[in-house]
Amino acid sequence: MPKNPNIKKVLVLGSGPIVIGQAAEFDYAGTQACRALKEEGVEVVLVNSNPATIMTDKDIADHVYIEPLNLASVEQIIAKEQPDSILPTLGGQTGLNLAMNLHEQGILEKYNVRLLGTSPESIRKAEDRQGFKDAMEEIGQPCVVSDVVESVEDAAAFAASIGYPVIVRPAYTLGGSGGGIAYDEPSLREISDRGIHLSRVGQVLIERCISGWKEIEFEVMRDGAGNVITICSMENVDPVGVHTGDSIVVAPTQTLANREYQMLRSSALDIISALEIEGGCNVQLALNPDSFEYAVIEVNPRVSRSSALASKATGYPIAKVAAKVALGYTLDEIPNAVTGATTACFEPTVDYCVLKIPRLPFDKFTTASRTLGTQMKATGEVMAIGNSFEGALMKAIRGLELPVKSLRMAGLEDAYTEEIEERLVNIDDQRLFVVAEALRRGFSPEKINAITKYDIWFLDRLQTIVDMEDALEKGRLDADTLREAKEMGFADSWIAALAGKERKEIKALRESFGIRPAFKMVDTCAAEFEAQTPYYYSTYDGENEAAQPLSLPAVGEIAPNIPSAPYLAASTQAPHRADAPAGEKKKVLVLGSGPIRIGQGIEFDYCSVHSVWAFKRLGYETIIINNNPETVSTDFDVADKLYFEPLTAEDVEAVVELERPWGAVVQFGGQTAIKLAQALTDMGVPILGTPADGVDAAEDRERFDEILNECRIPRAAGRTVFTAEEAVAAANEVGYPVLVRPSYVLGGQGMEIAYNDKNITDFMRIINQNVQEHPILVDKYLMGREVEVDGVFDGEDVLIPGIMEHVERAGVHSGDSISVYPSLHIEDKHKETMLRYTRDLSKALGVIGLVNIQFVIYNDTVYVIEVNPRSSRTIPYISKVTGVPVIDLATKVMLGSRLRDLGYGTGIYREADYYAVKMPVFSFEKLTDVDTGLGPEMKSTGECLGLAESFPQALLKAFKGAGMKAPKRGGRVIITVKDEDKAEITGIARGMADMGIEILATAGTADALEAAGVQCRRVARVSEAHPNIIDMIGSGTVDLVINTPTRGRKQNSDGFKIRRCAVEHSVACITAIDTARAILTVREQGRSDQLRPIDITAI
Amino acid sequence: MKATLILANGAVFTGRSIGSTADRVCEMVFNTSMTGYQEILTDPSYAGQGIVMSYPLIGNYGVNSEDNESDRPWAEALIVRHISPRGSNFRCETDLDSYLKQFDITGIEGVDTRALTRILRNQGTMNGMITCAEHFNIEDCMARIRAYRVEGTVERVTRSAPEVFAPAVDCGKPLRVALMDYGVKRSMIGCLTNRGCEVTVLPAHTSAGEVLAGGFDGVMLSNGPGDPADNVEIIAELKKLYESEIPIFGVCLGHQLLALATGAQTRRMRFGHRGANHPVKDLRTGRSQITSQNHGYVVCADSVDPAVAGISHVNVNEGSVEGLQYKRPKCFTVQFHPEAAPGPKDTKYLFNRFIENMKGGDL
Repeated sequence: MPKNPNIKKVLVLGSGPIVIGQAAEFDYAGTQACRALKEEGVEVVLVNSNPATIMTDKDIADHVYIEPLNLASVEQIIAKEQPDSILPTLGGQTGLNLAMNLHEQGILEKYNVRLLGTSPESIRKAEDRQGFKDAMEEIGQPCVVSDVVESVEDAAAFAASIGYPVIVRPAYTLGGSGGGIAYDEPSLREISDRGIHLSRVGQVLIERCISGWKEIEFEVMRDGAGNVITICSMENVDPVGVHTGDSIVVAPTQTLANREYQMLRSSALDIISALEIEGGCNVQLALNPDSFEYAVIEVNPRVSRSSALASKATGYPIAKVAAKVALGYTLDEIPNAVTGATTACFEPTVDYCVLKIPRLPFDKFTTASRTLGTQMKATGEVMAIGNSFEGALMKAIRGLELPVKSLRMAGLEDAYTEEIEERLVNIDDQRLFVVAEALRRGFSPEKINAITKYDIWFLDRLQTIVDMEDALEKGRLDADTLREAKEMGFADSWIAALAGKERKEIKALRESFGIRPAFKMVDTCAAEFEAQTPYYYSTYDGENEAAQPLSLPAVGEIAPNIPSAPYLAASTQAPHRADAPAGEKKKVLVLGSGPIRIGQGIEFDYCSVHSVWAFKRLGYETIIINNNPETVSTDFDVADKLYFEPLTAEDVEAVVELERPWGAVVQFGGQTAIKLAQALTDMGVPILGTPADGVDAAEDRERFDEILNECRIPRAAGRTVFTAEEAVAAANEVGYPVLVRPSYVLGGQGMEIAYNDKNITDFMRIINQNVQEHPILVDKYLMGREVEVDGVFDGEDVLIPGIMEHVERAGVHSGDSISVYPSLHIEDKHKETMLRYTRDLSKALGVIGLVNIQFVIYNDTVYVIEVNPRSSRTIPYISKVTGVPVIDLATKVMLGSRLRDLGYGTGIYREADYYAVKMPVFSFEKLTDVDTGLGPEMKSTGECLGLAESFPQALLKAFKGAGMKAPKRGGRVIITVKDEDKAEITGIARGMADMGIEILATAGTADALEAAGVQCRRVARVSEAHPNIIDMIGSGTVDLVINTPTRGRKQNSDGFKIRRCAVEHSVACITAIDTARAILTVREQGRSDQLRPIDITAI
Repeated sequence: MKATLILANGAVFTGRSIGSTADRVCEMVFNTSMTGYQEILTDPSYAGQGIVMSYPLIGNYGVNSEDNESDRPWAEALIVRHISPRGSNFRCETDLDSYLKQFDITGIEGVDTRALTRILRNQGTMNGMITCAEHFNIEDCMARIRAYRVEGTVERVTRSAPEVFAPAVDCGKPLRVALMDYGVKRSMIGCLTNRGCEVTVLPAHTSAGEVLAGGFDGVMLSNGPGDPADNVEIIAELKKLYESEIPIFGVCLGHQLLALATGAQTRRMRFGHRGANHPVKDLRTGRSQITSQNHGYVVCADSVDPAVAGISHVNVNEGSVEGLQYKRPKCFTVQFHPEAAPGPKDTKYLFNRFIENMKGGDL
């Protein structure tokens, strides 16, 4: 069936801001799908509120709207663009829900827009709990005993009838928000109350608990003619009970015999056929480990996080094929780009093992509950490929960029054995390491299996690693042991640490034994067909495919598995690709940014990908190293070569020794890449752009101070310290309040504002929980207006595409601040000062390429807060709203071009005609026990953009994009602020009261308001009699809570309880006075009925 | 213990011995299936061959007595990247290494199986040898490797006497199927008995006259090993069966033999199809399905006389013949394995078609 000729213009919905449960995978899917649509000559209209995405680029879609993903806004876009079709299955749950809403509200029908791919009836069948159960019953697929309920009472009654424990799953929520396992009636009541609240349709499913069963996933694909295939099977190492997004996952399945495997595969295909899905679909199944009994857990009738993983694990481009299927093609009409010879109608088969480990945010949220359950908590993930489970696991662990680099976690070796045994019961992010420690202490795999339900096969693999650690620790460094250790994925540095040697010694030793990495290709077909895609992973096998031309080896050639010839020599001679003659193109290595975590998100993938494209356009051969399966950068057709490897010095070195790049780029891959600058320099790879020394100068406190002095730039007084005593002394010297933070950190990790000695000692204790290689900075805290600039510097001239002003004053992390472009309040003289400082600092630091500087304007003086000689979070959005191709320019500058020749001028670029407001988005509802109060440590997971002709309208759009509703006339606000804020809040409260919003306040705040003549109603404090403030918030009658946190990190403070209560009841909660003022601005000046969508390709 | 794998092209791989330590010369083929090593080992079609599993982790779920496709492993040798020292599965009875030892199957692990697969893909299936000898004369080995040929395998794997299998489900009076055992897999018998047939498995050399005198409702031609053209007598008998009116359904070797019996030709493929992911298009419906495959020979498309048969199925990857629908009523054959095991069960409905034919339809 060829493409439907009536499809000419397609609307694609993105997934909105990055939140836990919906991350970069949808940018990857959407970008791939848009490119597939354009390849077919279809005009693409894209809507996504997330400006950090690649899909919202002019080169990806024909019309791009960075607009809120809600009915009103999308209807306007449909009315304006008149698309004939909409593709709903690429934007995650957000996109799917929105498309369903558009359909249900008759908007699609009104504008004659057809839903491509899966029909609304099928989507409803898959998404609606009861509908799905009925459909499964009809085709004889077993579901877990369950019932859909809409009240807590019904939930309790049903749970009693099937027996505890039971699982509670809310309908239509992301990443299982609000769900959980209830072991008794009180916990059931609590969880189901929350779940009913969070569900879009007010429903939760109560089901039999099958915790401990094997959790198996299939990614399946079906076309309009009914052809069905499976792309990939996946097995969760963590059995049922942990959300698949938080589970360690291996692909393909490892512990299923063919009979179980085919039984479940057939089940998945029967389901997708019965639901008549057209496109990709994810089927989750549970299998009793002791029988053939299984149950269907859930089906996602769209591309998903798992489909991104499956695509990267197999090389099969699921989103691309799904998009073509939606256009009407059948699978056998779509070519397989990997082999170039076969079609999309086949099942990928792999000859390696893929492991995914979630990246959980507990390094940032040290107080959060680490328990894992049915509600996802991970912000990102890493994937590793190896030809053994052990090899993939060890690579994945070190790719996480956490303090733990192997199966040994610091602290566990000191624990009592009883404690280890107790901890085995805990299902949290450290379980893998606790299990390894238990094995180390002689617990049998059987015993651990009985407690954890980890399959014996996985435990045996962990045992192998533990035994190897033991052997190395005993000093066994013979050739066989070393080879085995390397095959198991042991890093040289880890072997060295175990054996008490230096990394270099181990490397030299293994090389003397001829033990070197060899790269293998990911080709979808286990080498059955010749592949065209240079997508590689490392092994310690014999044949190095990355070092050879893609042609037939000569007959009679010896293929030894102990390499005899040094690969380096081979790699410099052999052409690596048939279509790219060797020696003609210079090779550039671009380092990616690793797993998504708070502080380092999708924006760095945007930068990496754009720089790859820029280098390609300039005629360079590009090589990317990254280990995040959710990203565009790890799509096999982005760079000329992709190495799917951990971003550690050692793993990068292996690629460098093979490829001998002409230069490497570290400034686009966030802190992950920057951290490798020195290592690359040591390897002899020239850093393109700012050298490692410049990075060091910006981070090294003393050197940086010196540079500021030289440039005559004021900065807040500060000191460098190592111990708590020194910190207290430094703080007293510069005067409280002070900012305390470790140097070399991401997103203000471990940063706090201290108001007294006790604060300092508390923070120092927390900071020092992890070994600090770098000193701690103590700076005077200046509470002024914060301003951020991104600049491109070519050695002489600087170009600043835009100056961004933060709504929140200094003290709130820039990533968590609302940021406005063009700036609203910055005087020209200050802009000129910032331009000079940017130029002078860049020159002094030796910046070539990007620089990001945060300033604070305090008492009419511009101070520098910090300088990052690298790309920043704001690059994607500033590029889009100003039209300045920042990454492209930075790339050219790195290669020696002068800004003045590049057509965008120098100095501060002219301001755009639109206001752009970047709004942070948080995932607090997913993370229990995390304080939502904003401060110097970053907490947001994503962002959205509001773009409009005026500031209030842009702000209104941004609030809408973030899903935050400002209270309307007749609405209700609770205000309870700390003493310092009481004077300021009165004006805001008065404004709100004037808008007809009812003000409620706790005693202290109420006193202040009344004294200022603002009418308010008093509400009892947390500690007072019921109904108090907590009851009010829980009652659902409050629209907004304004609560500014008091000093320090108090878990049990009233403020903490108020803020958590608001999050758990989905009540907006503002924790900074400036954000509250922004809400008032929107309420006073924003006009919803006058919002208009703006096509950024026309800017 | 160290083991060495020597290929006919002179490539040498060293690894560790698994299974038997006896020297073994065989034809090396690769299989890309990610599950089902036990079914593969016991599939008689692999008689005379050494199997390279391209998936690197083998033996994970051990070995059980339920999943065997015959009484014993027929493959000569097994080559893997990693073998699990023990299996983990609720049905696991023993580990793979012990199982190989029990049946004297030679094996090697620790080999770069991807490099090996690439050699076989690029240069074609070739003979090879596994030896555990510490010292060996490469010239002697090469001579043995060159001299080796897979032959007489059908005779080796077929039954010596008929065996009757009762229907597994009660559907009234059972249809009686004569299943020609050229190296039949148990799943094939199961696919028929599970559909209510009484199956009489007959030795490969049973004459057409005996089959036709048996009062059967249909004849099924099984899979099996080796070069189909070697089976001259069987082909002659099949010609007679074809000339009768009895419904016929052939699979794999059975498909090739019937093609030869009706005037078509077969050819040896460079490296064959062995795996669980091969897409096949049914030209009558336009639908494509994923199939389990295991063959090194194929029917030549241009040798099929359109007056005799039409090509009903083709391989989506490279267009080779995957099925024939004969002009003679109630007769069809497929190259792939609808009985699966290991592999997808997506084409099991073909057994229903055969049953409908036996009941009097012509599908």
